[in-house]
Amino acid sequence: MSSMITSNLTRETLRKMFAAGKRFDGRGLLDHRHVEISYNVSNKAEGSARVKVGKTEVIAGVKMVPGTPYPDSMEKGNLIVSGDLLPLASPRFESGPPGFEAIELPRLMDRAIRESGMIDLKKLVIEEGKKVWNVYIDVYPLNDDGSLIDAASLACIAALRSAKVPALNKEGNVDYDEKSTKHMPLAEGVNPISFSFFKLGSSLILDPTREEEEACEARVTWGISKWNGQYMINSCQKSAEAIFSQAEINHMMDALPKKFDELNEKLKKFL
Amino acid sequence: MVVKRSDGRKAHDLRPMKAKVGVVPNADGSAMFSFGNTVAIAAVYGPRQLHPQHMQDPTTGILRCQYDLLSFSVSDRKKPGPSRRSQEISKVTEWALLPVVDLKSFPNTVVDVQIYILQADAGTRTAGINAAALALAHAGIPMKDLVCSVALGKLDKDIVVDLDKDEEDFEGGEGPTDFAIAKVANGDEFTLLQLDGKIQPDKVKEVIKIVGEVSKQIYDVQKKALKEAVEEQ
Repeated sequence: MSSMITSNLTRETLRKMFAAGKRFDGRGLLDHRHVEISYNVSNKAEGSARVKVGKTEVIAGVKMVPGTPYPDSMEKGNLIVSGDLLPLASPRFESGPPGFEAIELPRLMDRAIRESGMIDLKKLVIEEGKKVWNVYIDVYPLNDDGSLIDAASLACIAALRSAKVPALNKEGNVDYDEKSTKHMPLAEGVNPISFSFFKLGSSLILDPTREEEEACEARVTWGISKWNGQYMINSCQKSAEAIFSQAEINHMMDALPKKFDELNEKLKKFL
Repeated sequence: MVVKRSDGRKAHDLRPMKAKVGVVPNADGSAMFSFGNTVAIAAVYGPRQLHPQHMQDPTTGILRCQYDLLSFSVSDRKKPGPSRRSQEISKVTEWALLPVVDLKSFPNTVVDVQIYILQADAGTRTAGINAAALALAHAGIPMKDLVCSVALGKLDKDIVVDLDKDEEDFEGGEGPTDFAIAKVANGDEFTLLQLDGKIQPDKVKEVIKIVGEVSKQIYDVQKKALKEAVEEQ
């Protein structure tokens, strides 16, 4: 487990297997591993969740703090997504200043959640123009066995869905003693789920294990949700050196709605 | 066309483009590229010895891009120094350009690409990539093709090409969508895909198709700039 360098032999074997539509664990190229979601990682958080996708495990927690609005969005609460790739979760991660992966992950979560309109930020104003809620979502992997971004997106959605807006005392600070039952202002049924397609040779796969992910040559992550009954792509980012052709992009667009429905159904069981 | 564009452009019109190579005499290659009021300059240094040594790759040279906004290029002064945004853009820029450069003949070296935005009016990363591709070619780095980049968007339900800042901040209907794309000039190879907003999967397909058509205009501007530089010599 400590060595993460993929041998050429493994890469070649995987390339041939993917081309034949096969994977080591018997899944189809676009099949997900078993998904499990549980809640209440920390009872100090306003909402929190733990997501397991195969052996990949991610936790996300929501904290809410009164703050001041940004000058360009005076009538809205603030969403701040951050997180870190803890050295606890993988021999790949190191402590110290964030590397590119640690910068990219929360940025992708932020864009998918923000653009989908899942959180009604306009309802998070405490005192117009002066005081709003800062919603912090922090994401941490506990065990990295591939496809962290997609697992993290499920953890964020689950944590948000379970979050309660805390009560404020007379001085306007959070009253941690009072149990709040007020839900976060979330749009009904809007769940921005991430799907990262990984490419090896001319094959595209979803939800790779760490070994598969290491062997792949490029990735493109799409955040998709349903808005007014329509499928909407909310975010997208391609990473790594390899290229995608027009036909490959079209193929992903055709596959996405179906994959979204599949995972969204699974997700609903846990919400 | 439901949404009217403030500068009177048609949906698939690019802003006027300008390109010039050799803008930084010290550099091994350099270029300026602009989309309307968005102006980017890029300079290339290398291939040169890479330090620290442990980063060296004995099988190939590596490409290292750095993108940033200058402090006075935007309305609210940007604090100098790399931000998370600029680090992300630097990395995706690197990935956008890598597929066309071949540094196999320069083991253990680095080619540094410095991209700065002088004036920002949306589409800065795409202008930066166009400038960087030109600067790499001007530096004589082995390349199989140029890279052309442009941001498309959706204003409510309409697909538009090359959004300016006002359009990026558009509110109403389905809201704004900003989709930055780069492709290899003469190939069916997409090297940058970056999007935020709300856009239907079928419209994504449409956007990809339109990019194939408009990128030819960008390529022509790039080619012309390179030819002019050769003729001057």
